[in-house]
Amino acid sequence: MYNRTSPKRLLLTTAHYDSMTTYTATVTVRLKRGVLDPEAETTKRALERLGFELDALRSADQFEVDLDAESAEAAADRADEMAERLLANPTIHDYDVEVAEA
Amino acid sequence: MTVAVITFGGSNCDRDAVRALGHVGVDAERVWHEDGLPSDADGVVLPGGFSYGDYLRAGAMAAHSPIMNDVRDAADDGVPVLGVCNGAQIGCESTLTPGAFTTNASARFQCESVHLRVENADTPWTAAYDVGDVIEIPIAHGEGRFEIGEERYDALVAEDRILFRYCDADGNVTDRANPNGSRGNVAGILGDRETVAVMMPHPERATLPDLGRSLDGQGVLSAFV
Repeated sequence: MYNRTSPKRLLLTTAHYDSMTTYTATVTVRLKRGVLDPEAETTKRALERLGFELDALRSADQFEVDLDAESAEAAADRADEMAERLLANPTIHDYDVEVAEA
Repeated sequence: MTVAVITFGGSNCDRDAVRALGHVGVDAERVWHEDGLPSDADGVVLPGGFSYGDYLRAGAMAAHSPIMNDVRDAADDGVPVLGVCNGAQIGCESTLTPGAFTTNASARFQCESVHLRVENADTPWTAAYDVGDVIEIPIAHGEGRFEIGEERYDALVAEDRILFRYCDADGNVTDRANPNGSRGNVAGILGDRETVAVMMPHPERATLPDLGRSLDGQGVLSAFV
């Protein structure tokens, strides 16, 4: 698995430079810290009504994108651009991308 | 003067907009987004509705329809562009206007009449009003909470780009009068140019006398006259 936030892992997966490999890029889109999340608040209250104890609940959208690329880094770059241009809204969201061979 | 009211899959206020514009003397016609923006369009309305079922985020899909490139070019040429409700969400998603409209603080769809205080009357959209005027226009949205980073919000205020704020009937801008939790009670803003504006309330629903409600939306639509 190649995680955007831990570049050392790249070394494990760039051995496949000689041909295209199928990867699954997992893009997780979250509201930025401090941005109100009414749906999460509603869900939290519903859990509390069910008798659960919890301090906080955050929600996120996750997209799994299968794609062929020359390397995990190339796959991550493409998924990154997908997040920048459509999957996330930079005004309210942060996102991260993880790539694994499919 | 022909205003293009752009119909995306799922737009549903396009006919209302054409009719309301006609009432204030503006010739308007619906344009299917795949047909591109007519080169002689003298104005553009991005109407309300639920384009693409609000998939991903309200307005996110329509913002990437090729016609939005035409709209951006037209806006850069000074053609007036107004986004209403879903059109406002599309405007922000396409970066015609700053910020984002996201889930109401109530997490509910809200359909009600609201009061707006005119913050800047020196724009085509608000020339019919005076600063501080309180107007009544309906909202109908689930994702109308205006969000923007603090610095960019401060810049919007400093540049006098806030058109309307939600207020009570006396013009007091309060949390209680804020229907959706918008930052600064913001209901409508300008783009980089004063000829580009988006707003969550529906001026076209407060224009026709036969609807039996406020006619305060006429002033906004009169920008196209």
